[in-house]
Amino acid sequence: MSVSSATGGAIFDEMGWPGEVRPPYALIDAWLKSLPPETQTMKRREAEVLFRRIGITFAVYTEGGDPERLIPFDFIPRVLAQAEWQRLRRGLEQRAKALNAFIHDVYHDREIIRAGRVPEKLILHNSEFRPEMEGLDLPGRMYSHIAGIDMVRTGPDDYYVLEDNCRTPSGVSYMVENREVMQRLFPDLFRRNLVAPVAHYPDELLATLRSLAPPHCVGEPTIVLLTPGIYNSAYYEHAFLADEMGIELVEGADLVVKKDICYMRTTAGLARVDVIYRRIDDDYLDPLVFRPESMLGVPGVHYANRAGNLTLTNAVGAGIADDKAVYIHVPEMVRFYLGEEPLLRNVPTHDCSKPAELQHVLDHLDELVVKAVHGSGGYGMLVGPHASRAELDKFRELLKTRPQGYIAQPTLALSTVPTFVDAGIAPRHVDLRPFVLCGADRIRVVPGGLTRVALKEGSLVVNSSQGGGTKDTWVLET
Amino acid sequence: MLARAAESLYWLARYMERADYVARLMQVAGHMNAVRVDSDRNSEWESAIVASGSSKAYFAKYPVASEATVIDFLAFDRDNASSIVNCIETARRNARAVRTALTSDMWEAVNATWQELAQYRAAAPLNQDRLNEFFDWVKARVGLFHGIVANEMLRLDGYRFARVGQFLERADNTARLLDVKYHVRLPTVDDVGGVVDYYQWVAILRVVGARRAYRVLFKGPVQPAHVAELLIIRTEFPRSLAYCYQHITDHLDAIDRFDAKTAAEAKRQAHSLYADLRFGRTEQIIANGLHEYLTDLIQRTDRLGVEIAKGHLF
Repeated sequence: MSVSSATGGAIFDEMGWPGEVRPPYALIDAWLKSLPPETQTMKRREAEVLFRRIGITFAVYTEGGDPERLIPFDFIPRVLAQAEWQRLRRGLEQRAKALNAFIHDVYHDREIIRAGRVPEKLILHNSEFRPEMEGLDLPGRMYSHIAGIDMVRTGPDDYYVLEDNCRTPSGVSYMVENREVMQRLFPDLFRRNLVAPVAHYPDELLATLRSLAPPHCVGEPTIVLLTPGIYNSAYYEHAFLADEMGIELVEGADLVVKKDICYMRTTAGLARVDVIYRRIDDDYLDPLVFRPESMLGVPGVHYANRAGNLTLTNAVGAGIADDKAVYIHVPEMVRFYLGEEPLLRNVPTHDCSKPAELQHVLDHLDELVVKAVHGSGGYGMLVGPHASRAELDKFRELLKTRPQGYIAQPTLALSTVPTFVDAGIAPRHVDLRPFVLCGADRIRVVPGGLTRVALKEGSLVVNSSQGGGTKDTWVLET
Repeated sequence: MLARAAESLYWLARYMERADYVARLMQVAGHMNAVRVDSDRNSEWESAIVASGSSKAYFAKYPVASEATVIDFLAFDRDNASSIVNCIETARRNARAVRTALTSDMWEAVNATWQELAQYRAAAPLNQDRLNEFFDWVKARVGLFHGIVANEMLRLDGYRFARVGQFLERADNTARLLDVKYHVRLPTVDDVGGVVDYYQWVAILRVVGARRAYRVLFKGPVQPAHVAELLIIRTEFPRSLAYCYQHITDHLDAIDRFDAKTAAEAKRQAHSLYADLRFGRTEQIIANGLHEYLTDLIQRTDRLGVEIAKGHLF
């Protein structure tokens, strides 16, 4: 199925609605039919209470009201058959390997540029390129140790990678907690379905972080999670992961670097730190090297990293592979570094910095999705078919003034999954963010990922900052 | 453990303890006010303000201590750092900052308290029934919290710091409560030892839930010297100063440190205070002036708090 026919064709519902129910959803279908409407309402309320009690909240910027908002949870699971998942998993591992090889190459010999596969200016003039990282060898040659690969589906066998999040992808706590809440709400459901567990994600993450201990580290590495603090939108997740891994959750002020060695301030004095899982952007990480005004970071932490005394995950400079203009070249990276054909497809993407493509984009603006090259979280994005005339005009201007800042993609007919809405159960568009863990020893992927759902009818924007919700994602064992 | 985590646990427990104390103060003031025999309707509310340690802030805002304004100030006022609302808010902020050091039940107890608090705040000013329900609710929530701490926390440094915070706060509260008699007006000098005076001593016992404890240990009518003894030097009573300091010294000693030097001063001060309490005699304390004794104790408790923070890198 080509993308253009997907645009015009029927929307693929993963459960099969309104037609015949697809096999992975057989039990879900029966369960839904047996669930009285009162129970549905009751369970929805129960779920909300659980989330509030546990404190699984997400702060949304540029918005008044309750700063600790819940991401709406929809309790109809999204189901993948084992075979479907295995295909995806192989593709994800392949892609993560290629992305890491690319980042390593960018900061070393730049063979891919010399081979003419990726344009030099795209890398060296990119604000995500960090010259400070040049020539530094990292454990296992890994940079994006925790990668979130956003996937969409348009048909039974049609998956596309929407974007790669190589810096500090969030959302994994929802993957784990959604399952926890589902199991509390509907214990019977899990007795009748063999669902691959996800609760061991923190163990896998910890194993990954341990494998990345710096060369100078002897014995068991001390690992910490660095958070910007309680006002960060993903603070809950930082606390959750640190807690589950049994490591300290630290803020910048808790760490200090002396003679290129990083320590944390404990009640018993300074204690050496070997690995930092940081959830702070590059820009704020080290005021001596990046933004000098940052209060969130740790002065000198970059030098501890360069001296081989400390591992930072994800590595500084991994964002170079996040860039949406670089994204266009990922299939080529798979061929170039791994000598394999890519198992996962890219969405066909127009590079607006090329005049011919820009013209095409301007001519078809109302059919396309336009994204800022460095944007994330659904900010700075235009969904042509749903945009007002004013929004279209605004983006037309933006594209003409800074074409190199944007890419455009066809509007995909994202698959739907049945979802509770005010009027009952209705299909809503979903995406999937699996989390790929790249250690120095091996790659680990917990089955499934985070399914985000656009709760507004017809909406294709699933970002939580734009009113999206989440679902539990099931990979069936059999 | 992380110094910031220790600090947050310490303040979390302190503010939970304080919320409980402030609720108790108001509950008893309300009760006393209802049985007051003379016409001075404001005196119990004034003592509540004094005993809460916030008279300066209060009288900067209001000229007199009337029931409505005192209740609002101590329960709901955002400008008062020790109002119940602010205590719970601060406790939760500290809990949130160290979620990884809490058990999930501890967190849920604090978080649910903070959530339910919104209903009371929205309904304020509360009528008499609702107000009592509110104070009972605060006491129950704090009791739940300390119970979970006792039953679930690993006996490592985090637990010790939480307990040190709780008992330091409690010592300060008990000292202030007892000292309130010094500040409170009696209708006339002749009333010393009279009915109003008597009820005020009973009220003090009620705030710390010690009516029964008093009967068990002393029997007979309430006498000032016995109340002082109960609240200062009887280690059987869990809100006495001696009991608080017994636990503060125990926990400070148990905190696992490689660098004993920096924490030595806090330990020294705590032990010195405990020794004074342990070997003190009520008659001597009263003869030298109860108010002077309590003022000194409040100041030393305050200094100890500063020293603990310094000694453990807060």
